[in-house]
Amino acid sequence: MNALDRALTHPLTRNVTPERRPFDLAAYEAGGGYGGLHTAIGKLTPAECLQIVKDSNLRGRGGAGFPTGLKWSFVPMEDGGPGHKYLICNADEMEPGTFKDRLLLECDPHQLIEGMILAAYTIGADVAYVFIRAEYLLAERLLREAIRDCYGKGYLGRNILGSGYNLDMHVHSSAGRYICGEETALISSLEGKRANPRAKPPFPQVSGLWGRPTIVNNVETLCNVPHIIERGAQWFNDLGLTEDAGTKMYGVSGRVKNPGCWELPIGTPIREILEGCAGGMEDGYAFRGLLPGGGSTDFLVAEHLDLAMDYGTIGKAGSRMGTGTMIVLDDRTCPVAFVQNLVAFFARESCGFCTPCREGLPWSAQLLAELEAGRGQAGDLDTLAMHVDFIGTPGNTHCALAPGAMEPLASGLKYFREDFQRHIDGRACPYCEREAAA
Amino acid sequence: MNIRIDGVEYPATKDRNLLETCLGLGLNLPYFCWHPAMGSVGACRQCAVLQYPDEEAEQAGRGKLVMACMTPVSDGARFSLETAQARRFRQGIIESLMINHPHDCPVCAEGGECHLQDMTVMVGHRDRRYRGRKRTFRNQYLGPLVHHEMNRCITCYRCTRFYRDYAGGTDLAAQGCHDHIFFGRHEDGVLESEFAGNLVEVCPTGVFTDKHLVHDYTRKWDLQSAPSVCAGCAVGCNTLPGERYGRLKRVHNRFNAEINGYFLCDRGRFGATWVNDERRLDYPGLRGEDGRYNAIDHHGALQRIVSSVERGAVAAVGSPRASVEANFLLRLLAGPARFCPGFSAVEQPLVGEALALLRASRATVPDIATMETADAILVLGEDVSNTAPRIALALRQGVRNRAYAMAAGLKLQDWQDAAIRNLAQDQRCPLFIAATAATRLDPVAARSLRLATPEIARLGLRVADALAGDNSNDYSHDNSHDNPDDHSVHREAAAIADGLRDAKRLLVVSGTGSGDIAVMQAAARVAEAFRDTGREAMLSLVVPEANSLGQALLCEGNGSPDLDALAASAEAGEIDTLLVLENDLYRRAATDQVDRLLANCQRVIALDQLDNPTTSASHLAVPAASVIESEGTLVSLEGRAQRCFPVFPPHAERHPAWVWLLATLKELGREAVSDWHHFDDVTRGCAAAIPALAGIAAAAPDHRFRNHGVRVPRQPPRYSGRTAMRANVSVHEPKQPEDEESPLAFSMEGLNRDQPAALLSYVWAPGWNSNQGLHRFQADVGGPLKGGPAGIRLLRANGGATPLPRHATAAFAVEADEVLLVPRYRIFGSEALSAISPGIRELVRPACIELCAADAERLGLADGDGVQVGDNAAALPLRIDDAMAPGCAGYTAGYRETAGLAPNTRQRLRRVAHFSPPGPTVIGSDRGGRHG
Repeated sequence: MNALDRALTHPLTRNVTPERRPFDLAAYEAGGGYGGLHTAIGKLTPAECLQIVKDSNLRGRGGAGFPTGLKWSFVPMEDGGPGHKYLICNADEMEPGTFKDRLLLECDPHQLIEGMILAAYTIGADVAYVFIRAEYLLAERLLREAIRDCYGKGYLGRNILGSGYNLDMHVHSSAGRYICGEETALISSLEGKRANPRAKPPFPQVSGLWGRPTIVNNVETLCNVPHIIERGAQWFNDLGLTEDAGTKMYGVSGRVKNPGCWELPIGTPIREILEGCAGGMEDGYAFRGLLPGGGSTDFLVAEHLDLAMDYGTIGKAGSRMGTGTMIVLDDRTCPVAFVQNLVAFFARESCGFCTPCREGLPWSAQLLAELEAGRGQAGDLDTLAMHVDFIGTPGNTHCALAPGAMEPLASGLKYFREDFQRHIDGRACPYCEREAAA
Repeated sequence: MNIRIDGVEYPATKDRNLLETCLGLGLNLPYFCWHPAMGSVGACRQCAVLQYPDEEAEQAGRGKLVMACMTPVSDGARFSLETAQARRFRQGIIESLMINHPHDCPVCAEGGECHLQDMTVMVGHRDRRYRGRKRTFRNQYLGPLVHHEMNRCITCYRCTRFYRDYAGGTDLAAQGCHDHIFFGRHEDGVLESEFAGNLVEVCPTGVFTDKHLVHDYTRKWDLQSAPSVCAGCAVGCNTLPGERYGRLKRVHNRFNAEINGYFLCDRGRFGATWVNDERRLDYPGLRGEDGRYNAIDHHGALQRIVSSVERGAVAAVGSPRASVEANFLLRLLAGPARFCPGFSAVEQPLVGEALALLRASRATVPDIATMETADAILVLGEDVSNTAPRIALALRQGVRNRAYAMAAGLKLQDWQDAAIRNLAQDQRCPLFIAATAATRLDPVAARSLRLATPEIARLGLRVADALAGDNSNDYSHDNSHDNPDDHSVHREAAAIADGLRDAKRLLVVSGTGSGDIAVMQAAARVAEAFRDTGREAMLSLVVPEANSLGQALLCEGNGSPDLDALAASAEAGEIDTLLVLENDLYRRAATDQVDRLLANCQRVIALDQLDNPTTSASHLAVPAASVIESEGTLVSLEGRAQRCFPVFPPHAERHPAWVWLLATLKELGREAVSDWHHFDDVTRGCAAAIPALAGIAAAAPDHRFRNHGVRVPRQPPRYSGRTAMRANVSVHEPKQPEDEESPLAFSMEGLNRDQPAALLSYVWAPGWNSNQGLHRFQADVGGPLKGGPAGIRLLRANGGATPLPRHATAAFAVEADEVLLVPRYRIFGSEALSAISPGIRELVRPACIELCAADAERLGLADGDGVQVGDNAAALPLRIDDAMAPGCAGYTAGYRETAGLAPNTRQRLRRVAHFSPPGPTVIGSDRGGRHG
């Protein structure tokens, strides 16, 4: 495949080489980089850019899948007098099993910066932040270098490309909380406050960072923008295999032969990703289920393997595409321990603001730990089911963390109920026993 | 507008959230994090109800759980509180909160008035399913006022929201995360905020409790209480002191929508327990030849007073902290010309001028709630955080009106607290402060200027002129062109006037605290000039004590002698008997001056609560009941007359001063009082005699009032142990004391419902044992009480009939070896009685002189030096404090050691050789042991 073909079919990863050498500004530009910038800044109005993004049907790649152009359109564009608007890139990739943004950040930081400049231009933001996961040290260094180079080149700063448009960009390294991936918690954290989510409305689009209109987009979402601007909405729509548009970074982890991350047309069937890209299950392990989009999504099982990985299809199957990075459960891993591990993670990462999440998640984790330790009691499954309803119903809690945290438990109780029951009946974890016997 | 709740139509208003609406309708809906004064954040999720999208869904029972506190109401909206889905969820919340709660109710100071207990019972949670361990915390030492017991915490965030967001404190915060959130300081230490005590009432359970109550404990149901008024300063906050066994146990806030709302300052909350002090006088004491006092009985004392009065020329010193009635009777006894109101000689013209300005100004004289509506504030020379702290809390709310205005632009409602704070961030209405030193409000001020007192007055006059568009006046008339500071005053005044350009409601705050009449006059001029531009202006002038303004009204315009004049009369041998009412004169004038005054009188009779230097110098010391133990009317700084009632009958011979004085007048056969038998007769007599006080009789219902035919009880229905309390003395239960002076009863019989607000003696409603039950007494949740307003406004402005004075002030300059002496008040210490209350006593620091480093260097003084000011006898420690304005030396006002110092005089400071500073006050005596 030549470079142009690759750019047309794999826009996000066209610069990702097998050795994962990061592209610097010269290399990025040599490959056609900042083409979107030259296409738009000073040549297209923000309204025209917005229309292209709207028409592209780009949906948020952070997990919720909200239409990006629609989100941007909520930002007030009438001249509100003095004051700022902000664009924030959510690079706080902390969803269990998810490592797609890292790849994009480490291999092609300029792609993100170009996307951010275009997004900021579209919404009229004059300051942009990259809120990056603390552990992404390499990505942070590369980003800072790339931003410095962009200032040198006039892509950032005053009067970008002579258009009169100004944009400053900063990198903020997170202190390592899962909840910072929630956009309003991220904003609180960026303001130097406790990383507690905020009640909506008002939405960040009208009252976000420092109370000003703010757009928060995921890394992958923003990385799509230069290509959409440069090649147009129709091209982007044509990339998708189903009703969704573009490509998607898919990942697989777990006991598969070839775990990894791939850019594929959105709507690629699960089986093709699992078996084609990830090489299927490791020898000696059988497939039992998978979390399709990170640790906070519902299990899918064998019957779902031929479904297309897109927002609508996975949603109809009772789960969420989430980040598009699957975690595979095999037949030698205890589903109770698997779920317990996740719920304990989410309990630890609760911000502690609202009662159901703060108290209910540790309670659920404690019950699952009891089960796993062989101390489960009759009625515990009912209590767990109560929690699935109590914590897991959207709206019962202040933000979406707890409902997400309950998804593996809810679907685990549905698909693997016998495993849960055997922990109680046998007063021990059958998987641990088997391991001990082996 | 109507909404449907469980199939019933109810009226609703659109600016109220669903929780407020439900509570207002008398429906029982549990909640924790919402607070009527602090709005909603949606943290606890306790107030969940089911919302139906339409009628069909309602019939099918298909709805969505919503948090009532976060849900606006709209016409035709349909909700259910009672559906099983909502009830189960609310039970689940309590069950979750109970996972870690220690269930230590029997030993918890909150027990019996705990909102968490009430809500637990309300939702019907009973059985525990959680089998894990409870999380625990280490408690902190938070100072002598507030006790900390973190294990009880249910993480509702009310404490930090009050402490940080509402009151502007910085040293208490939520720390940690997930289910291990700790509310406390970064390390053990005294809470810095002067409103920390409100945590006791804001916390829905027993995390923050009143340390005094914890150590001298009584359950709420065993407390006797009555409506009272805080005597800590002139604001007149309404309080509910609670008593048991003749001891004051605690003071709770008594809601008054126009004044204190839900919050008191720590001086008010913790500053009344001095009434339990061992130094209280119990019996009249007659000084013998040996200088010791012999106890005599009531009758003997009365005879001595009468014979003293009959035998010669009488003069009297009243008290700005004593009731209108006691002062009035004393004035009747001595005659207006021989009645000194009891201010210091410096203070008397200041308070008089404050009254004159309030009358002359055409600006509104605001209550506290009205102050909170200002969209611009100018504070001239008054450190309200220390002289009238509740006003400081109101100013902190006033500057938030910018936030509410911004919120309205996004169609947010005022109760959406978190959203509004996130939107407005640190954008505030302009607050300008000019003071001789840094103030605690500086962090929320748009501009905070540190100026010498005369400069503050000049700044005010300049602002007034700038508002009037008049730049021709030159108040400095001498060296303004040479003095660079003067240019800066010009510039600052122009900037302030410019900052008020968009304001619609300006509040100007000043008062006697600067010690300078010109500052108050300048404040009045600013308000007037602003008003003349067709906008609304408010003028608030702070006066020093709980009844300062009442005293000024009593003595208005009749040339009452001040303390200096009294001293001159005494010197001239014109006073045989001097009566001193509730007033330690050694805090009003220099020690040697008071010594001379008292020595020049043949007989001194002191009527007071406590043994103090004045009573110790008297020939007859007569015990008086305190404000907690007696009825009386106090007039607050806004001219509001408010009635206090005795919480419990005073011990021994501690009779209210009005009782002693009325008896004396009757014994003397004075015609005027021959028909007066009750307190109400005195009040009415005073109202009739003093036109300015004509309204006081209407401050509260008189003693004949009955509520639905019965009295209002001071004791709640569950008051226990009545027969056992005295069992160690006698097995016979004594008759309950009769209250012949008020409609309240010293018993649990009567009706604590539907009464006029001035008679609210405790807050208690079925199912609502904690103070959260207040909404059942409010006409509108968070709003005025059903019983109407408490107290009555006396001040009638004369509509600008008297022109405001306009004095030129000379530019400020000090000689090389001089300083300008300026008063600095302290919330803990400057008020004599609160300063000896347990707890506060530990926070009182010795009086000192404060200078900025540059001035100290100029004068060759160093931190810790002992200095003498002019010829003031006492040497005071010097503190270097760069918060002081250059050229100014602050002296701690209100202390005996500084009583002889005159504010705003130029003085030389002399360094004292071999000075040993006063010993450090013991702080943290109960530190040490790990609690819990």
